[in-house]
Amino acid sequence: MPKETRIALKNIGLIDPENIQDYIDRGGYCALKKALNQNSEQITEEILRAGLRGRGGAGFSTGLKNRFTSQNTPGNYGYVVCNADEGEPGTFKDRIIMEQDPHLLIEGMLIAGYAVSAQKGYIYIRGEYSLCIQRIQKAINDAVTAGFIGEKILGSNYSFSIEVKPGAGSYLCGEELTLLESLEGKRGYPRIKPPFPAEKGLWGKPTLINNVETLSHFPSIIENGAEWYIQMGTEKTPGTKIFTISGNVKKPGYVEVALGITLRSLIGDYAGGMKEGKELKAILLGGAAGTFVDASMLDYPLGYDLLKEKDATLGSGAVIVIDDQTLLTDVLKSILEFFKHESCGKCVPCRVGCKQLLLLFDRFCSEGDERLLTELEKQATMMSKTSLCPLGQSPILPVRSILRYFKHELILETQ
Amino acid sequence: MLTQELLQRFKPHKDNILQILHALQNAHPEHYLTDEAMRNVAKYLNISLSSVYGVATYYTMFSVKPRGKYIIRVCQSPVCRMLKSSVIFDTLKGVLNVEIGETTGDKLFTLEVTECLGRCGDAVSMMINESYYGNLTPELVKEIIQMYKNK
Repeated sequence: MPKETRIALKNIGLIDPENIQDYIDRGGYCALKKALNQNSEQITEEILRAGLRGRGGAGFSTGLKNRFTSQNTPGNYGYVVCNADEGEPGTFKDRIIMEQDPHLLIEGMLIAGYAVSAQKGYIYIRGEYSLCIQRIQKAINDAVTAGFIGEKILGSNYSFSIEVKPGAGSYLCGEELTLLESLEGKRGYPRIKPPFPAEKGLWGKPTLINNVETLSHFPSIIENGAEWYIQMGTEKTPGTKIFTISGNVKKPGYVEVALGITLRSLIGDYAGGMKEGKELKAILLGGAAGTFVDASMLDYPLGYDLLKEKDATLGSGAVIVIDDQTLLTDVLKSILEFFKHESCGKCVPCRVGCKQLLLLFDRFCSEGDERLLTELEKQATMMSKTSLCPLGQSPILPVRSILRYFKHELILETQ
Repeated sequence: MLTQELLQRFKPHKDNILQILHALQNAHPEHYLTDEAMRNVAKYLNISLSSVYGVATYYTMFSVKPRGKYIIRVCQSPVCRMLKSSVIFDTLKGVLNVEIGETTGDKLFTLEVTECLGRCGDAVSMMINESYYGNLTPELVKEIIQMYKNK
């Protein structure tokens, strides 16, 4: 197996996650010290030059998010929120970081908080991730004792505290504005944007929201500099990404590699290839709110922009490998059921639309009429244009892509 | 009495509601939020009962109906389904003699479905209360259930 390039997973398996000294011995909290010797704008500059983009799925420039938030924070009390509500089907990268290297996330958050002049951070972890919740809580307690969290950290003028907030079972709360509603103790309903969180976030204050994996890149970027970081990955998406490979491969699991890697390498080199006697039919990239591709994309380099050119998405880094014996109608049906279940019901296009998509597709499965697929795409397109939040805007991604590559297979499966 | 003691562990701020509801639900032998518990939460946080009920019924981990001592949550995400979670459901339904959403007569187990548990590398996976089980086969599932029955 070729070597991985690990940044967010650099300590995995090498430290005891419950022992802060292990983390410190591996150079932990050095980046925080370095950051505190610079001014906060320099940190944002470094993140911008590194070209770091959100690893949660949207791929937005992390440096710009920092800047937008800090523009609103002078004299204004703001927050850093870590989105650890990992729920995209096929994704389990944040869980690995939180379970195996909780201090890396905490150090990243402390640096992000310093960059945007915030004083309080929240880590919103999905309720089902009980070990993550325990480990992060212990790491916070130990970091407080060690003086990395609290008042006037390491003799600087920077004070920051972090609190863990568990979710309670809602995919939608992974959407940043919905997450804020949940953090405020409400039902997980999305907010209308703008305003964006950088302007009005938690309790109406400027809020920087970043994914676990994104924040876990902060310490290495600050420590080694942007020039080091941009040597990895592609021109427009530098750095590394964790991919979680699942489905019909011999060795499902997680790998962190430089962006620009191909699906052929991820599946063949890192996941041990297809299971015995199985042939590759499709890959679902980025989870349920992701896109299907076929074998023609196996040698295409993976990056946020590069995939966009092919109307595909990298998303959270989920690589779901589907074999030739699996019915694609079953896979799409499970995705449409998922959206229907997770739709919160606040806006009509999504509430009615998710149900309609499922009804239409069920009819297609029993009648095999191609026109129903056209109608399915039409309805999903309408939802993407009119829904309030990314949930209702997402079904078009798997629907359009499966029709592009596998329309014929879907029809054949119904006969 | 017990409810009051549990509530005191949290500051009476509305943003603590999920933690409070988790704590109350876990403390109840039947793993659910009683009307009385929700009324106490409303009083403690100084919010309406309907907002407490609204939160309790929005999130899938909470229940306002009695459940078993052990909550079995089987993942029904696309990956687990592709790797035949239906077989695992059938096994559990057979062994426990319940349908999805039901509790066994001895009030020991409740069978539920859940969205992606983030254990796709070990699909098919399930949770029993806070413990995870992956790479499930019908044989393994039967062993696990027996283990819980013997506890």
